[in-house]
Amino acid sequence: MAKVPVQFTLNGSEKAEFIDSGTTLLNALRDKIGDTSPKGGCHQGTCGACSVIIDGELRLSCLMLAETCNGATITTTSGLAVGGVLHPLQRAFLDTFATQCGFCTPGMIMAAKVLLDHTPNPSREDVVEALSGNICRCTGYEPIIRAVLAAARANPQNAA
Amino acid sequence: MAIRRGRGVAAINYPTGMNLGGDPTQALVHSTPTGNFMVTLSSVDLGQGMKQIMAQICAETIGVPTDRVVVDTADTDTGPHCMGTFASRGTHRAGNAVIQAAREARQVMLEVAAEELEVNASDLETDGQGNILVKGAPQKSISIFDVALSAHFKRGRSISGRGMFLIPRSYPEKETGAMKPSTCYAHACTVAEVEVDDETGEVTVLTVKNVFEIGRALNPKMVEQQLVGGSWMGISHALYETTEPYYPNRDHGGTDFNQYLMPGPGDLAETEIIVLERPSADGPYGAKGPGEMCANPQMPAVANAVFDAVGVRIDTLPITPERILRALKAQAN
Repeated sequence: MAKVPVQFTLNGSEKAEFIDSGTTLLNALRDKIGDTSPKGGCHQGTCGACSVIIDGELRLSCLMLAETCNGATITTTSGLAVGGVLHPLQRAFLDTFATQCGFCTPGMIMAAKVLLDHTPNPSREDVVEALSGNICRCTGYEPIIRAVLAAARANPQNAA
Repeated sequence: MAIRRGRGVAAINYPTGMNLGGDPTQALVHSTPTGNFMVTLSSVDLGQGMKQIMAQICAETIGVPTDRVVVDTADTDTGPHCMGTFASRGTHRAGNAVIQAAREARQVMLEVAAEELEVNASDLETDGQGNILVKGAPQKSISIFDVALSAHFKRGRSISGRGMFLIPRSYPEKETGAMKPSTCYAHACTVAEVEVDDETGEVTVLTVKNVFEIGRALNPKMVEQQLVGGSWMGISHALYETTEPYYPNRDHGGTDFNQYLMPGPGDLAETEIIVLERPSADGPYGAKGPGEMCANPQMPAVANAVFDAVGVRIDTLPITPERILRALKAQAN
């Protein structure tokens, strides 16, 4: 099969790969580039585990063709920690025990990050809405909702 | 036609582990040359935190901080035999095996320390911080780090232990059928409040109040995690989830998350969790198996609440609008 070139910015660094035409962004990230933080749950856009941020928008990487991402800026959960310091959302997920098996966690964190980027001080309803495309087997969601609200509270700009 | 409110209660006993051909788990514990401890198991952590619990149990038994213990569950082909992580048996069975293995390792550790300190091993105790002290004379001490080095390079000892925990198979008595299918039971009680729309058959769970009796909570935060998630899963099975909605007819079974009805973060009831700790007689440090138990009482509680609300008994799960409407129709006729 003919290979096609793709070039994008992943978590701040330039990536350039030749991939099979038709490869999803999820498979390109995991199998070609080696970023396994986006998870393949259903491969049809119904579970949210593969969520990544493309040019500031929450996207399902299992439904995107990698070749459509040329020139894009992509963020995954593995790019959130800076210099070994966890992102406030990661910290909050740990502190509030919001993860069990962990499979949904990267997608949840991506969805929550886009929410907090646009709505730094969300209501509980905002959080529920933002996470409604992501499913979780273990937690019953409540700890995840609490984690996102805790991360928002930890933002110094939200200090009352 | 109206929205009707109902309240239901249910209580359960739930066995820890199972009674097939006997229920065994084995564990091995050994020290590294620098006094860390490895626990080798074939028991698998599914995300519920079994590795953390086994590290705590081993650390408590040997007398070292938890971060000095590494749990290796890498390979079920080559590790000590375990029946598996199911039947809410992981903490109970593997935990007991780890205690036995860790006790044997601790005994060797104290024997090596006794040789180094020129005292009797029975006169030694651990401080829980990585040191071994002479009872009543704590100024005379040696670090576990130095004990392990001595064992490996000077004394030629292996600080290690073998653990085996077996619940033997129980056979029913021929005359009465009496038997002992489990040695250890967890308990729960749930009160659920629902609203039922008797025009659409739709059920909304308003509140779920759970009391769980789980033996000793070895890690209270992780126990809470299990119970919160389990309570939600019980509601989910009561009202939404099934692979075969018209069982035994296999038609209409969901094949993906578009068709399999799994609730999301917008479908949560107000949930309360209360933990009662009554240490079990044969559990590791009193623990029982809370895993599956915690997702069970919500189903009968919701069914009872639906009965309280609209007067129909739904005896097939999940309690779908279709089943409620059919039952209401049958009741009216």
